[in-house]
Amino acid sequence: MAKSDLQNRLTKLQQQGLDPEREKRFRDELEQAEADHNPPAPAQPGPFPGFSRSIYSFQDQAVLQRQERVPNPYTLHFKSLDDLLERDRQREEDGFPRKIKVGKLIKPGKGGKGKVVVVPSTEEEKLIHDPTVRPPGEGGSTGGTGSEEEGDILGEQPVRDTGGEPGAGPGQGEGEGHDLDATAYELGRALTEKFQLPNLREKGKKRSFTRYTYDLTDRNRGSGQVLDKKATLRQIVETNIALGNLPSLEDLDPVRFLIAPKDKVYRVLSPEKDYEPQALVFFVRDYSGSMAGKVTELVVTQHVLIYSWLLFQYGGQVESRFILHDTEAKEVSDFYTYYNSRVAGGTEVASALKLVNEIVAKDHLDADYNIYVFHGTDGDDWDTGGDKALPEIMKILSYASRMGITIAEHSGTQWTEVARYMENSGLLRDKPDLIRMDIMSEDADEARIIEGIKKLIS
Amino acid sequence: MELINQHTKEIMEGCKERARAAGLSFTDESLEYIVTNRDLIELSPKVMIPTLYDYWVHDVEVLRGKGEYELYPHNPYETVINTRPPISFYNDNNPDWLNVMIFYHVLGHIDFFQNNLYFRHTWEYDFTGQALSDKRVIAKLRAEKGRWVDYIIEFARSIDNLVGYHTELSPLFASPKQHTSSRLDYYFDVFLQVEKKLSVGDFLKEINRYNDFVARLGEEAETSFFAQIEVKYPEFEAHFQKKTGVKHTERRDLLRFLVENSEFLAREENVWMKSILEVIRMTSIFFQPQIRTKIMNEGWASYWHEKLFLQDDRIKGHEVDFARVHAGVTSMPRVGMNPYALGMRLFWFLKEAADAGRTTYDFHRLTDAQERKNYDRGDGTGEDFIFQVRENLCDYLFLKNFIDQDFTNKYNLFVTGKRLDQQRMVWQYYVKSRDARQYRDMCLNTLYHPPNIEIDTEKGEEGALYLIHHFEGKQLVQEYIANTLVGIEYLWGKPVQLETSEAVFSQPSHSHSGPRDEGAEPEITWQRVVYTMKEKVLTRKTL
Repeated sequence: MAKSDLQNRLTKLQQQGLDPEREKRFRDELEQAEADHNPPAPAQPGPFPGFSRSIYSFQDQAVLQRQERVPNPYTLHFKSLDDLLERDRQREEDGFPRKIKVGKLIKPGKGGKGKVVVVPSTEEEKLIHDPTVRPPGEGGSTGGTGSEEEGDILGEQPVRDTGGEPGAGPGQGEGEGHDLDATAYELGRALTEKFQLPNLREKGKKRSFTRYTYDLTDRNRGSGQVLDKKATLRQIVETNIALGNLPSLEDLDPVRFLIAPKDKVYRVLSPEKDYEPQALVFFVRDYSGSMAGKVTELVVTQHVLIYSWLLFQYGGQVESRFILHDTEAKEVSDFYTYYNSRVAGGTEVASALKLVNEIVAKDHLDADYNIYVFHGTDGDDWDTGGDKALPEIMKILSYASRMGITIAEHSGTQWTEVARYMENSGLLRDKPDLIRMDIMSEDADEARIIEGIKKLIS
Repeated sequence: MELINQHTKEIMEGCKERARAAGLSFTDESLEYIVTNRDLIELSPKVMIPTLYDYWVHDVEVLRGKGEYELYPHNPYETVINTRPPISFYNDNNPDWLNVMIFYHVLGHIDFFQNNLYFRHTWEYDFTGQALSDKRVIAKLRAEKGRWVDYIIEFARSIDNLVGYHTELSPLFASPKQHTSSRLDYYFDVFLQVEKKLSVGDFLKEINRYNDFVARLGEEAETSFFAQIEVKYPEFEAHFQKKTGVKHTERRDLLRFLVENSEFLAREENVWMKSILEVIRMTSIFFQPQIRTKIMNEGWASYWHEKLFLQDDRIKGHEVDFARVHAGVTSMPRVGMNPYALGMRLFWFLKEAADAGRTTYDFHRLTDAQERKNYDRGDGTGEDFIFQVRENLCDYLFLKNFIDQDFTNKYNLFVTGKRLDQQRMVWQYYVKSRDARQYRDMCLNTLYHPPNIEIDTEKGEEGALYLIHHFEGKQLVQEYIANTLVGIEYLWGKPVQLETSEAVFSQPSHSHSGPRDEGAEPEITWQRVVYTMKEKVLTRKTL
């Protein structure tokens, strides 16, 4: 939406009365209305990657024998993440702060799925000097060799965008250097036992989601688990007719039948595909200007967790669609873009919900799929009272199996616009089975996020 | 892990003969193992000590963002460890010529471990053996106490950089014959320096005066000396009597202080914790010299692998292969630091300088540039000189004493700076200085340096442990303070206070454009604060 349109809307809203705090936020969003949402370019190592390398990072194994660090296959040591989580829970019981970070997110790779991995990690804290505290604009110093004069420029590196700019993608800088395909633990594994998609209905049994079930359905001649008497008898009769051992139907004497080993037909245990209802998940996230900083991180973290759980639990068979919105919504093709797109612009929740409805209507998805919608926002909406959003939500609820709204509140705000109109609409009370809302503050930790998922999908 | 085969061992023994002939000295036995990736996975969290105690954090990804090498003052991937016999680790597919080079490098390290005086405290025992018994102690305790053992390990490790490495080391060098009375010790070490705060000059005069007494009176010296002192400082005797009752407490070794003074740890049900603290402390002290001699150690090993490899008759035909690997190891980076390259160049530089007599007093007195340049006395004592350097110095002294303008000029070294060009929003890398002093200071600044934290036994309120961080221009990592203090509070059993300095950023009064000029110094001021950890709640107060 163009800036001038937004300006008009803002004026209109002002006439209807706006509290100053909201107005300020809207104005901030307006400022950034024309900034783009492109995911940040991958971090450049700069012309001199050795600049900040410590002398202590050199070691004989790497330097002399080219033996680089071997990533630690956590699975080798820990039967499951649960052991670690249990240890962490125990810490809290014993009165010490938790130490394990489960959701250390690793930037999902572009395109490919199944790349969302989460590493349990920890930190050992000590009293040490902080090398990073230095005057702004000063980048430290190191050694160098060459014939340049004092003051000569050796190279330049563009300054990376930081949080203060139009908005940074949440994945930025996190977990760089980790190999995504390495032996990191999949978080989905840990969440599997805890969650199941709610309200799964039988719809258009086209695909199987889960694994095989085993059943005695296949037959095998000669050996097997259970003798199939009827089939065996038929086989024996056939054999004997062929041998001429059964001259006429009147003179039937089973005692004279010749039985070849191959005639015995058995039932054997065999894997059967278990066809189950299929599901489609819409991830919807607000990437308007007000989402800068922690709230976006929270929302995407939660969506990454849900996404990785789906990947694990349903073997990638759950389809996902990704929708981003400010005042206009657009669908993006992969999780990477969804995850990394930068925030800017105003907010209109209805636009995204409308897009969901359009996509569903266009492909008649509701006939074949169980549809789930997860929406993450900071609760801000230019659409006061939800005049546009609520009808769209009603529409979604007519076909969706579950809609989950996550509101990550900025610290200091309470009772956001979205929360208010959702509450007023009475939907949350009337259809608790279909729609859930989870409100957390922007400094929620990972445990809280997982708690939130439980609330949304239990 | 398996031993190298006989063929390779023979190569190693050949290297040992040649290294000895060249003047290196080390114990006869050594163990060489082939390691696989799997072995490395297990070894690296245990800093290559196969017998180190088990700890759950070894099995998890450890985030080491900030100050990794301050947190872990030991290299997780060393090729050779300082044990008796020394153990070294190899890939199984190294060609023979490469092994020759690595063996020389390893022998250089072993020589360094066994002759550099900063390793003095590790000479008398085998650390793997010690570690194995420690590991058993911890395993046994774990069977009895369960997860509490891990908490104690965690808390102890969180302060294992605050150990009195130097106080551990210095008694080893005290001459056993030197015997002085405690009165004399108190007078010179405490009374004059701490109570009277004498200037260095006056203090030396006083020592001279005492030495005169000894020269004149022999046995009687002390008695007559103190007879005079009683006149000069009538209060001395009272002070001395008061102090003799007080046990000397180590004030810079927090782990030891806790073991000796914590009432909580002294309780019968908690005494077992002390042995864990002691294990962590000894392990930390064992590794201390390693990080304090990184540049020297790698430089020394590189110096010798270069020198000995090129003289070795067994590797004919592999000079080019060697040159490629060697250059990769020891080339000076265009921007950045490389301990191998810097250390090796400094050793070569010193050898050449000493060969020409340029390490002498006569040379240093010369001021004429031309004379300095052409100075060559033909001493030929370069090798002796660098052997002395390897025996007596650590990185700090090595760099501080020997990086001079001649050295930086010879190798074209400069300090690279990085600054923000606000107009164009780029970081610029530029030649900040070619001054050897600045280069030296930059190098010294990169060295490992744990914070100087002292225990003040007087200041704590209500039995609180009062820690004073002597500020040296860098603040502590703030995020780590809370959890570290939780651990210390647990071990002390009472509240803990930490006095430290923190940066206050003030906005520049005028906006800069273009690169910041040298004169406009930081908008950063420091303020003194006290953190108090009481019942796991952290509070902060500005002083």
